[in-house]
Amino acid sequence: MTHIKTKLGRRAFIKNTSLAGGGLVLGFSWLNSCKPKGADAVAMELEMPKEWYEINGYLKIGDNGVVTIMSPNPEIGQNVRTSMPMIVADELEVDWKNVVVEQAPLNTNLYSWQVAGGSRSISSSWQNLRMAGATARQMLKNAAAQAWQVPAGEITAIAGVLSHEASGNFAGYGEMASAAASLEVPEEIELKEIADFSIIGTSRKNVDGKKIVTGQPLFGLDVQREGMLIASLVHPPAFGMKLKSFDAESAKQMPGIHDIFSIKLYDEDYKKNTFHFTAFNELIAVVGESTWQVFQAKKALNIEWENASDITETVTMFGNDMEVNFPAGMEDSETHTTKLKELVTSKGKVTRKDGDPETAFKNAAKIIERSYSCPFLAHNTMEPMNFFAHVTEDHAELLGPTQTPEWMEPAVSEVLGLPLESIDIQMTRQGGGFGRRLYGHFMVETALISKKMKAPVKLVYSREDDMTQGIYRPAYYATYRAALDADNKLIAFHVKGGGIPESPVFANRFPAGAIDNYLAEDFTLNSNITTGAFRAPRSNFIAGAEQSFLDELAEEMGKDPIDFRLELLKRAQENPVGEKESNDYDAARYAGVLELVKEKANWGQSEAGVHRGVSAYFCHDSYVAQVLDMVLENNKPVVQKVTAAIDCGIVVNPDAASNLSEGGAIDGIGHAMYSGLTFKDGAPEQNNFDRYRLIRHSEAPKSIETHFVKNDIDPTGMGEPPFPPVMGALANALYKATGRRHYHQPFITDKPPLVG
Amino acid sequence: MAAFSLKINGTQHEINVDPTTPMLWVLRDHLHMVGTKYGCGIAQCGACTIHLGDNAVRSCQLPVSSVGDQEITTIEGLSENGDHPVQKAWLEVDVPQCGYCQAGQIMTASALLKKNPNPSDTEIENAMNGNICRCGTYTRIRKAIKMAANTNQNS
Repeated sequence: MTHIKTKLGRRAFIKNTSLAGGGLVLGFSWLNSCKPKGADAVAMELEMPKEWYEINGYLKIGDNGVVTIMSPNPEIGQNVRTSMPMIVADELEVDWKNVVVEQAPLNTNLYSWQVAGGSRSISSSWQNLRMAGATARQMLKNAAAQAWQVPAGEITAIAGVLSHEASGNFAGYGEMASAAASLEVPEEIELKEIADFSIIGTSRKNVDGKKIVTGQPLFGLDVQREGMLIASLVHPPAFGMKLKSFDAESAKQMPGIHDIFSIKLYDEDYKKNTFHFTAFNELIAVVGESTWQVFQAKKALNIEWENASDITETVTMFGNDMEVNFPAGMEDSETHTTKLKELVTSKGKVTRKDGDPETAFKNAAKIIERSYSCPFLAHNTMEPMNFFAHVTEDHAELLGPTQTPEWMEPAVSEVLGLPLESIDIQMTRQGGGFGRRLYGHFMVETALISKKMKAPVKLVYSREDDMTQGIYRPAYYATYRAALDADNKLIAFHVKGGGIPESPVFANRFPAGAIDNYLAEDFTLNSNITTGAFRAPRSNFIAGAEQSFLDELAEEMGKDPIDFRLELLKRAQENPVGEKESNDYDAARYAGVLELVKEKANWGQSEAGVHRGVSAYFCHDSYVAQVLDMVLENNKPVVQKVTAAIDCGIVVNPDAASNLSEGGAIDGIGHAMYSGLTFKDGAPEQNNFDRYRLIRHSEAPKSIETHFVKNDIDPTGMGEPPFPPVMGALANALYKATGRRHYHQPFITDKPPLVG
Repeated sequence: MAAFSLKINGTQHEINVDPTTPMLWVLRDHLHMVGTKYGCGIAQCGACTIHLGDNAVRSCQLPVSSVGDQEITTIEGLSENGDHPVQKAWLEVDVPQCGYCQAGQIMTASALLKKNPNPSDTEIENAMNGNICRCGTYTRIRKAIKMAANTNQNS
């Protein structure tokens, strides 16, 4: 048993909400207001109790032993709504069959890090979730001890039953829940041993599965309310433009249209936080009775746009202010590429230097230099941006899909002029996130429209709105150089990368620490096109570039690509270059996934006609190696299989984690191979799935196999890490299959490279 | 505005809407059946797939005026208790990640199996290629369709 404190100084991690005077713990279920026939089919399988007793902010126990566990974090498809409650349930010692899961509302008093970002949902709440379950278990034991007049230490709790062997007493959790709820939270509690976990580490099905396959309301777009109006926005047709004037008279006469007006999201002197990021401050809102009517009215507006001037804004990120410049002008992709190519050959900003790379390159017998690039990407969550708001004079209710309720609440509060305590934010299940819903401008927009209309409003982005008003994955460019001596030994390594508007290079990641002479450099190109986090930011490009380059380097040196990486990792482990702590990764765990994938994929024994590529990468504290098998069918590359090895510490829900690994591989192959957003005169050239290509069924791997490294390390990231490396494995397999290296994403349009 | 009488999931519904309104929005906004999803509005993603008679169609491109007396089935009406073989297979394989596209995937898959109870891999790919899953659950979808096909064969 591990003993831990439930308080740190005056800060209590676990609060007894019934003693605290009934703070808002249990948000009302929004589904109740729009429940079609059969919506309760799932819940009906479990008999509901007559009374619920709140033990703490994470759970309540019914008089019949049924337990409701709150899932605090936004659910974007990473399956936290199942895996977070699993952690609580395991420590509580309750049968998973008796657990009902509810989405918790935003509550910064009860929960920490209610964010879907950085693959941190599980890792950042791991301890709190365990503590919530373990504290409740202890309180139930204490209640039983009082009732039976026996020492609490002699009571055991197994699968929802408390028992005292000596006296022969036993009781279900439901019988002790009322008494337990009135007890003080113990100051110290015991956590289970990892070996004793009975739910964590076992595969449990998605708690929303039945509702998903029967089409029950779950998502933001599904919200319906009495008297609710539908709103949609019109934004400038190009980055670098703004609203000049508009005439809505004829559109206002269209059936079902209630009002058309412009909204301004913030005043010029308003200091935005990073997550209140948006390209266009002034938008036209069309409000009406149905989505179709509103979409039609948008087309009937007469609007004049004008060129925006250069704007510099102060943006605050976790308390630090920074200046962000949006230059004037309409940009296009061709110019971007030209400028990036110029910048990569100009003086960069050195971010790490080991040894004397300049001299090593000067004395090299051979220098290999390759350049890589990728385009902007739109997140394209299948559920477009949307939100519901009901703003009155003294209260704002917001409901919908957001990855950052906690960080958007202050923005909503400030824009509406309402105190934080008057803002209630609840989360629906979300039709994908991928980073797009970190930027919650749509919450502010909906709130402003509801305030103006004095009515409940659901804002709906059309797919075209969603794709052309994005917070895109930046376009990146990187050049890698390696110096070999006369013995074909690697003596120096140089990476120089930049992008619009940030560099993708992580200077202290592999192969930093494994090569004596090492140089990393950054450059940036400013733009008025809004960019932000996209599943595994920066890694989602640099992993593929780096892993392709290492593959080419291994070939040049006559080495097996896995052995070559393992040699470098051995050096980084045994005799790292630079201070050991300056290297971000753990070389032993890195090598571990390569060894595992080598074994599981039977590396070195591939069948005739099967072309293999390998890749390995570290991000979000986790390690992923992938082997990709490709065959040519009618000269077309087909991915037959991906074998993945992952070290993300303790795996809470293995089958669900495998699902993320499969999705990550498909997502990575899809974006590297097919996707891209290009600009002409400031406007995206793709605005829907007819021109923006996403991977489809026939292009997905025929099979994907995932193997997890077994260890007792606290869980690390799982949502993002499987995504970046597969792009390298794909490029390396493509080379084996076609004889041609691919350097520029999307590979499907990559012309024969300039070098190589 | 015009009056329409539609047979959806075995029940007759009377509505009064603009005749150009796509069935997608009739279902979602007027009848509050939100299982049919909006994804692209141009029949490119398949999230809005419903059955018109026995055929899988994209409801975002189906004006309400063109339905007539053809029967419509939506995800809500695919089975009484969510126990259609395809739905059961979806749960067994635990297909969904975000889950948003899955109703459309299930409607396309169930229409395929009705016409072709034992499809080959290529036939599955061809039938399913119009349904995008942004989370990348394609391999699980294929597995679930095969499982449902086997259930059909054995029953």
